[in-house]
Amino acid sequence: MNITKSFTQLENFGHSHSAPAYFIQINIPEEITEVFEYAKKAGLKVTARGAGRSYNDAALVSGGIVLDMRGMNAITRWDKSTGLVTAQPGATLEQLWQKVEPDGWWPPVVSGTMKTTLGGCLSANIHGKNNFKMGTFGEHVVEFTAILPTGAEVTCSPKKNADLFHAMISGLGMLGIFTSVTIQMKRIHSGLLTVDAYPVPNLHGQLSALLDGAPHNDYIVGWMDGLAKGKSLGRGQIHAARYLHEGEDPNPRETMKIKNQILPPYIFGVFPKALLHYFMSPFMNNFGTWGVNTAKYIASIRKHTFRQSHAAFHFLLDYVPNWELSYGRSGLIQYQSFVPKETAEAAWTEIIQLSHKNHLPTYLGVTKRHRPDKFLLTHAVDGFSLAMDFKVTSGNRARLSSMLQDFDKIVLQAGGRFYFAKNSETSTETAQAFYGEKTVAEFRKLKKRCDPNGLLESDLYRRLFG
Amino acid sequence: MRNFVSNTSKTVQATPLNPRKRAIVVGASGGIGAALSRKLAREGFSIALVDRDRASLQTLCDDINKISGETRALTYEHDVTKYNSVPDTLRRIIADLGGIDTLVYIAGVIYFPAIDEYNFAEDHKMVEVNLLGAMAWTGAVAPLFQNAKGGQIVGISSVAGDRGRVSNPGYNASKAGLTNYLEALRNRLTRHGVNVLTVKPGFVKTPPTLNNVKKLLFAVEPNVAADMIWDGMKKRKQTIYVSGIWKLIMLVIRHIPSFIFRRLSF
Repeated sequence: MNITKSFTQLENFGHSHSAPAYFIQINIPEEITEVFEYAKKAGLKVTARGAGRSYNDAALVSGGIVLDMRGMNAITRWDKSTGLVTAQPGATLEQLWQKVEPDGWWPPVVSGTMKTTLGGCLSANIHGKNNFKMGTFGEHVVEFTAILPTGAEVTCSPKKNADLFHAMISGLGMLGIFTSVTIQMKRIHSGLLTVDAYPVPNLHGQLSALLDGAPHNDYIVGWMDGLAKGKSLGRGQIHAARYLHEGEDPNPRETMKIKNQILPPYIFGVFPKALLHYFMSPFMNNFGTWGVNTAKYIASIRKHTFRQSHAAFHFLLDYVPNWELSYGRSGLIQYQSFVPKETAEAAWTEIIQLSHKNHLPTYLGVTKRHRPDKFLLTHAVDGFSLAMDFKVTSGNRARLSSMLQDFDKIVLQAGGRFYFAKNSETSTETAQAFYGEKTVAEFRKLKKRCDPNGLLESDLYRRLFG
Repeated sequence: MRNFVSNTSKTVQATPLNPRKRAIVVGASGGIGAALSRKLAREGFSIALVDRDRASLQTLCDDINKISGETRALTYEHDVTKYNSVPDTLRRIIADLGGIDTLVYIAGVIYFPAIDEYNFAEDHKMVEVNLLGAMAWTGAVAPLFQNAKGGQIVGISSVAGDRGRVSNPGYNASKAGLTNYLEALRNRLTRHGVNVLTVKPGFVKTPPTLNNVKKLLFAVEPNVAADMIWDGMKKRKQTIYVSGIWKLIMLVIRHIPSFIFRRLSF
């Protein structure tokens, strides 16, 4: 294997941060062991990178070795009678659903984009719009194998090496590198979902709708107009979706075909969506977004129910290719907090008001309903999450950073948690506070066992664990 | 002493939006080098101190870290004329600092030949340290900055590079070469968002100057020079004179016609 001598400047998904690293493609597991040996000798740090879809510094290590895991992307086994699928960590959710759906299955948990890799999904322990019902991605993992920096290969399941299983999933890639993962898919009886769309007048309405709507639906998600103020603060629209029962879809074979799922590359059949982000960028300012959001809210006032394909419902972020470029040269960041249902409304009211006061409103707010899970570095709570997109400019970086750290304090006070596929400004102090001493000590103990020489280190890990 | 004013900024944790700036100072233990390193540390930079002289490097480093109350400086022993070791030293620094935003090249030597003396060994050394070392370092950093679409290269040239004078042809040539090289670098890199700053000091009160030059015209203390350089860096200037009066003096000198200039004795 050739460990290159030149640096590659790698970026995060939001284009808000970049770092130089030795970027090395991994094709077979043996190469991972070789890299660990080389890194130990050369005194370099290592981190794995999948599709690079995180908004922060999770898949970067400045001056170190970044493993490009996309080469290990085979789906090695698919059993359509049991719904068990085994794949390498570089395989994406896109590959996964396209493999299983034609046979009547769907991944139990998916993110808002299908471009993420399974390794990334495990490391961040991602959640979807059904977190309240199906939990996190890790809850559907039957077994995985991984290579530890010691060179050892481990196999983990909820029963076998259970401590490592619960720490490596959610472990931000800092205990070992996944080499294979087996996941249980969910049976579906149609390629379509029934979706109810209805407006909510304010944050209280938004959170009540999530709370009341969740038990009757398979998926629920809220869009929040981050610029609305006063009595309308937190207004938006709820999308609640249900699977179709057996027999409800007269022709499930047809609706589950990939061609009936995928998002068309053209709008109105002619306009290429690849160009759409250019037309969005003039609206990516406080005034433009106010206009768009207001129009969107007014359009959402009519309550309606419709049927939509799984892919179209879940992968909204993929609807406009390269949408992140519409935020301009300095990119965007996303801030997501998870707050218990009792304190969420007050905390987020304060946060949204603070964003208005700083003239740094969120251009896109998304709310979801959550439940706790038992993974070590869990981000989930019995409550809600609010994800907020912020435009970064060369002039607002320091102000935005300090505002988000103020948000952190409010969330911490409200007993909330953070999610590290996203947050980029959370400090060591805040991270240690919300994880709690016991969790941090347990994680450090495992880290020492799996990685005694401290070879695995991302910029995110340096930030959270010092 | 001016250097030890305790205005250390409160340590703010580096985050992706608000990163810690990182600088390499090549030739850090000399007069201007040490003063600028201290200045950059006070401005919150993490600094790789590069110099040949291990002992003074360590003293400076300990001093900076003590005043900062944390590790802001690291030392790298390196001789700028060992051109082949530049890439490895740079890689080590990037691994330790997690990248770089600024390169300051201050390493320089000066010899003072007699008015009719020609000493190739000394001229050779001046070109090696003042010009070739600068090329090796800036050339190694330039592609990184270009890829990162940002960064700043600061080269300490001299007013001596503006004209060839009777007193020190070798030094004049080395600094003229450096000024020209930096200009070319600027023309290559500006389009990629990289700033190249050429600093042209007049007299700075450093030991080689103090010991050899009798009349110190508009001479400044090293820490005053460092403040001026930092000011130029902040404003992302292209060329600055230290102190500013030299801009005017050199404007005049650059326009003295040759038939007069060759009769002058400085």
